[in-house]
Amino acid sequence: MSNEKLLSLNLKIWRQKGNKEKGEMVDYRLEGVSTDSSFLEMLDLLNEQLVEKGDDPVAFDHDCREGICGMCSLMINGQAHGPEKETTTCQLHMRKFEDGDTIVIEPWRAKAFPVLKDLMVDRGALDDIMAAGGYVNVNTGNAPDANEILIGKESADLAMDAAACIGCAACVASCKNASAMLFTSAKISQLALLPQGQVEREQRVINMVEKMDELGFGNCTNEAECEASCPKGIDISNIARMNREYIKAITKTRS
Amino acid sequence: MSDVKLNSNVPEGKLQEKWDNHKFKSKLINPANKRKFNVIIVGTGLAGASAAATLAELGYNVDSFCIQDSPRRAHSIAAQGGVNAAKNYPNDGDSVWRLFYDTVKGGDYRSREANVYRLAQVANSIIDQCAAQGVPFAREYGGTLSNRSFGGAQVSRTFYARGQTGQQLLLGAYSAMMKEVHKGKVKVHTRQEMVDMVMVDGRARGIITRNIVTGEFEKHSADAVLLCTGGYGNVYFLSTNAMTSNGSAAWKAYKKGACFANPCFTQIHPTCIPVHGDNQSKLTLMSESLRNDGRVWVPKKEGDKRKPSEIPDEERDYYLERKYPSFGNLVPRDVASRNAKEAVDDGRGVGATGVAVYLDFRDAIKRDGEQAIRDRYDNLFQMYERITDEDPYQVPMRIYPAVHYTMGGLWVDYNLMTTTKGCFALGEANFSDHGANRLGASALMQGLADGYFVIPYTLGNYFSNEGLMTDKVGTDHPEFEKALSSSKERFNKLLNINGSKSVDSFHRELGNIMWEHVGMSRNESGLNQAIDKIKALRSEFWKDVKVTGTEDGINVELEKANRVADFLELGELMARDALKRKESCGGHFREESQTDENEAKRNDQDFCHVAAWEFTDVSSEPVRHVEELNYENVELTQRSYK
Repeated sequence: MSNEKLLSLNLKIWRQKGNKEKGEMVDYRLEGVSTDSSFLEMLDLLNEQLVEKGDDPVAFDHDCREGICGMCSLMINGQAHGPEKETTTCQLHMRKFEDGDTIVIEPWRAKAFPVLKDLMVDRGALDDIMAAGGYVNVNTGNAPDANEILIGKESADLAMDAAACIGCAACVASCKNASAMLFTSAKISQLALLPQGQVEREQRVINMVEKMDELGFGNCTNEAECEASCPKGIDISNIARMNREYIKAITKTRS
Repeated sequence: MSDVKLNSNVPEGKLQEKWDNHKFKSKLINPANKRKFNVIIVGTGLAGASAAATLAELGYNVDSFCIQDSPRRAHSIAAQGGVNAAKNYPNDGDSVWRLFYDTVKGGDYRSREANVYRLAQVANSIIDQCAAQGVPFAREYGGTLSNRSFGGAQVSRTFYARGQTGQQLLLGAYSAMMKEVHKGKVKVHTRQEMVDMVMVDGRARGIITRNIVTGEFEKHSADAVLLCTGGYGNVYFLSTNAMTSNGSAAWKAYKKGACFANPCFTQIHPTCIPVHGDNQSKLTLMSESLRNDGRVWVPKKEGDKRKPSEIPDEERDYYLERKYPSFGNLVPRDVASRNAKEAVDDGRGVGATGVAVYLDFRDAIKRDGEQAIRDRYDNLFQMYERITDEDPYQVPMRIYPAVHYTMGGLWVDYNLMTTTKGCFALGEANFSDHGANRLGASALMQGLADGYFVIPYTLGNYFSNEGLMTDKVGTDHPEFEKALSSSKERFNKLLNINGSKSVDSFHRELGNIMWEHVGMSRNESGLNQAIDKIKALRSEFWKDVKVTGTEDGINVELEKANRVADFLELGELMARDALKRKESCGGHFREESQTDENEAKRNDQDFCHVAAWEFTDVSSEPVRHVEELNYENVELTQRSYK
């Protein structure tokens, strides 16, 4: 932290007034960016200057700024969440950039995610997939003592790996097919790996996969861009598990 | 204004029997009739999501509102360390009574006994419920649940899911809510901000929201309004809260007659990453669980600028272990924070700014091996490295206290109802369970207790007693139009000031005033200054704030301006409350009231009460009401962690 330097940057940012309007890339020059700042604090600085001039600040999604809420997004130089592995945009720091760099900033792009303004998109489709089956149907008050459900450490750890998904949709944005299979498979895997998820196992995978297709997300062609861009390191083997689950479920329910 | 009576409605009987008796005496609504009631729930964190799921399961119609693009993003998601319950799985002497006792003591005897006991009672059911939902809690090799210890307790009662317990519990509550969305019992309204509460005949009957995407104002009516909108830590500008966390919903309720209790009770969390510069937008917490293995120290010598590795053990002051041998590094948060400040004030702070202390894992790594530490905390260590560019496996972490949680909030009775009929407050938004200091892993417990296990019982009783089955109010009632146009007017006013200073610059300045005078250490003259400075800043804000853009469409500056305008009033109330509470307790440290050893000194004679403030008018002083706290089961002692 003591090695703080100040950067001058050339920013190329997607500006779009609203869903119905046409957007374009706009150039900005920004001076005095601390290498200790986060990427979003760099955008805050730009916005403070735009407000000063009476211009409309750049709209972008963000909230917790701790890399856990999944609200922040951004394609940074063509990479979802930027260049650092397993790091959300809010946790990306400017020390990863050089003085004089040009940085291209665009919104997530997918058929299922309409742009709302500038860099903000509507990811509501992911909630629709969850509503289709991403849960165990257990009403409050119905639970047995927690230790009556024994779960081996390995399964619990694998389930936790899948459950770590923050729903940011970097997987969708970085996939050339705009597929939501990494997101969907993470939830299906979590519940398929745990005893609590067994009762509804088959119906769950059928409902969620069908909802995903219905919402306009693409299919998987094994490019693994989703895994590479995932800030939480969700493993692509979850997609394989989802496919197995789906085939088993379809065969069983239709035979 | 009305004559406010703070009736806690705590049921009669022995402490252990109060909740059961109350549930039995509460009136029920038959299943077929529940569908005739509508409930508005603002906020989708642990309290809001769990309440929405449970009330919908019972058959009520729920409208759920959140400011983010999805209910899964509420700030409960950022809680790291864990959730408490007195399961006593480790066989180390825990019990409901001990959890109750620790929580009352941890809160420095400023919470309501009956509420805290109920919290401890239902905590075990929370763990059961979450496990049944598929929350991947940490497990032992034999398949049972793991526990770890947390500050303020000498038993291991904290359940956890790596360093992401809040995320996993919230996703559990969110998925429970989404299953009700699927069934059509919950309707989720995302990217909507509550901008006013609507009162009809003395009861909360709805809210006005602003659609953040279109800028349009909307009217929503119901039979009850549940505020699950979290705390107001962002009044300090820099805090560990999310960027959109705000106090506005609670503040609107306050202005409609709901008393605001103990606003000065703020938790300053001891283990946060220190401030690095002026452009910083927020502070990041490092879980308290780190204090299980990390040792806190500063150099013994003032102004010692050597690298930590060059300072030998005998020249290090492990001050928490030295001063509090029985709790050591696991003292409660308020104690740990004040001691860090003391070390820095003594000129023994570390790092480039000198405003930090070390949290050192050297000995734990030596004892258990790096892999064991990696298994426990790797995600936290990685986060630390991303932010600071330093590897905590090699050099000690630098930490410093930061604003984290607000124990104060809307005053509620035993039923979680505010002094405004029909308006309930759950989770961090209310004041009820943590007194003057919250123990670690108790926020998750309280949010879920309120939502899963308390409100489902108390809400039905309210509906039934008030005869709301037939007494219905729709959005065509003139009060809705009135509230909508006054909200519109306020937003227009903000847009038309057209001044010269940005919203953030006002917010930052307010934060500086609050941190300096209403922060970790408070005194009479500072608090008086704070009140004057905030008043002056507020009047400047309404003359000189610059809000760009228009009322239509997405306008982030306008959203922020609306929230900061409320913070500029709330900050003053916090200072007023701190001024009147001439004692030190928990997170509220008045320099005038300390022991010879500089520990917080309570004054039970004069201040063993809740202070609940009633709004009168922005320009006149609010009225301070008092709810006496009667301790029938716990003996008040000077808190000691030595």
